[in-house]
Amino acid sequence: MNRFEYVRAGTVAEAVQAFGAGARFIAGGTNLIDLMKYDVEKPGRLIDITRLPLTGIEERDGGLRLGALATNAKVAYDDRVAQRYPMLRNAILAGASAQLRNAASTGGNLLQRTRCYYFYDAGTPCNKREPGSGCPAIGGVNRIHAIFGASEHCIATHPSDMCVALAALEAVVQVSGPDGERSIPFAAFHRLPGDAPERDTTLKPGEIVVSVDLPERGFAQHYTYLKLRDRLSYAFALVSIAAGLELDGDTVKTARLALGGVAHKPWRNVEAEALLVGKPATRDNFQAAADRIVAEAKPQSENGFKVELARRAIVRGLEQAAAGTPQSLSDKRIQ
Amino acid sequence: MLLEQSPPVSADTPIPITLTINGQRRELQVAPWTTLLDLLRERLDLTGTKKGCDHGQCGACTVLVDGTRVNACLALAVMKDGAEITTVEGLAGLGERKGSNALHPIQEAFIEHDAFQCGYCTPGQLCSSVGLMNEGHAKSRDEIREAMSGNLCRCGAYTNIVDAIEDVMHGGAR
Ligand SMILES: Cc1cc2nc3c(=O)[nH]c(=O)nc-3n(C[C@H](O)[C@H](O)[C@H](O)COP(=O)(O)OP(=O)(O)OC[C@H]3O[C@@H](n4cnc5c(N)ncnc54)[C@H](O)[C@@H]3O)c2cc1C
Ligand code: SF4
Ligand code: FES
Ligand code: FES
Repeated sequence: MNRFEYVRAGTVAEAVQAFGAGARFIAGGTNLIDLMKYDVEKPGRLIDITRLPLTGIEERDGGLRLGALATNAKVAYDDRVAQRYPMLRNAILAGASAQLRNAASTGGNLLQRTRCYYFYDAGTPCNKREPGSGCPAIGGVNRIHAIFGASEHCIATHPSDMCVALAALEAVVQVSGPDGERSIPFAAFHRLPGDAPERDTTLKPGEIVVSVDLPERGFAQHYTYLKLRDRLSYAFALVSIAAGLELDGDTVKTARLALGGVAHKPWRNVEAEALLVGKPATRDNFQAAADRIVAEAKPQSENGFKVELARRAIVRGLEQAAAGTPQSLSDKRIQ
Repeated sequence: MLLEQSPPVSADTPIPITLTINGQRRELQVAPWTTLLDLLRERLDLTGTKKGCDHGQCGACTVLVDGTRVNACLALAVMKDGAEITTVEGLAGLGERKGSNALHPIQEAFIEHDAFQCGYCTPGQLCSSVGLMNEGHAKSRDEIREAMSGNLCRCGAYTNIVDAIEDVMHGGAR
């Protein structure tokens, strides 16, 4: 780990003020310290934001405001989240381990970096780590990489589970920075790699996430978070799906669907969601939506399996949501 | 990462912090890049807490910070200023027979149930078990397994570890 200056911020303004070239905010540290140990991150200054008064979860406009420093565990085990946003709770609890969730923060979870092997190995080129150096994952070891929205510059995925649910819930990210405060709709928060894979998000330098707002609509009756991975716990998603439905009898009124593990950001396809609306919640219709989504897939040399895995996960996830039988977190059989 | 390999970057490091470790208040000076794990092991000779992967992937370094289980390898000591830390060395002091030098019930249950072989993962498993019980969310056997997934055991003592935790949760172990 490199040597750095340590600053402890007491207010958001202080934290923003302390920011400068080479500085990083640190919250739970579970991603940043890991990357520092690999010399992937070498900040000259760490700004400790854990003492900022942003740990709360508050009622707001019929929804909830999650403080950027509320831990993943705190959010998942909040009674209001469990009752009104169980999809979010399940997504969080499907990720990492109990120890990590106790440390990890809401803001840090949004800003965690990819788990691409080359990104983590400072001895290899990587456009995300070192712009312009190349992308060895293309044609290389890319089993875990993207099948949607990648570019010739980067095929990495965003590894978060929580963010997949936040995308389906259409959360809003509140940020504060040198130019004041602004709100970023979740779909506009993470970026596709394009020709600037070094930028994961649309945050500007020095901007800090202060909260994540959940809109009123929580899909608490018909939801699931289904995560498929190499082992049954404590592993990143190969493919995951957050599904939320509103039904009128058997007819779909609203459908939300976000996929994890398949793109540089939680992947949504609003046309496919629209296909479901006004139709009966049947397997055939779910199949049609899934086909529509995977029609756009462009697999890499080693991850072709993700296309069929995603197609089946979408159908199964929608079935679980429609039936009101979300994927169990502890009984790992997929019903 | 060895501690104090290189001199501090600037005059204002190391940084003074206060930690209460296993009930004992300690005033310490730490370089900001010192992890809680390295502080415990390399500086304070509390080598019960193990370094397995140093990257949050194994749970061997699990300790309790203000009663909550976390990975000490992914925590900077300086950020824990003011916290209460409990390591495996301090678990006995948390038990009902506090002060008597008796083992914590979970330690007794691990012995009773043969919940380890080489023992390398055990300090982390024990602290994690206590953290799990403090949290109070996991009740069924499946839930305990899931909630303990952050602690790997290369010897594969998993079944017996779950037995030990169930035993203590249901008031079995003496
Ligand atoms: C072994 C392992 C397994 C894991 N498995 C999973 C998994 O299965 N699913 C999953 O979703 N995640 C998983 N994770 C990742 C984990 O969820 C993240 O590390 C965690 O959410 C990051 O949060 P943090 O508060 O610790 O962030 P930090 O490490 O403190 O920060 C991460 C980044 O966010 C920035 N940042 C933090 N807070 C703010 C803020 N408020 N405003 C602006 N910038 C900020 C930091 O500058 C840094 O760049 C795993 C991690 C490990 C180590
Ligand atoms: S996929 Fe992205 S992160 Fe991975 S090596 Fe290529 S540029 Fe780097
Ligand atoms: S040493 Fe900390 S998790 Fe492995
Ligand atoms: S007892 Fe050997 S690793 Fe668990």
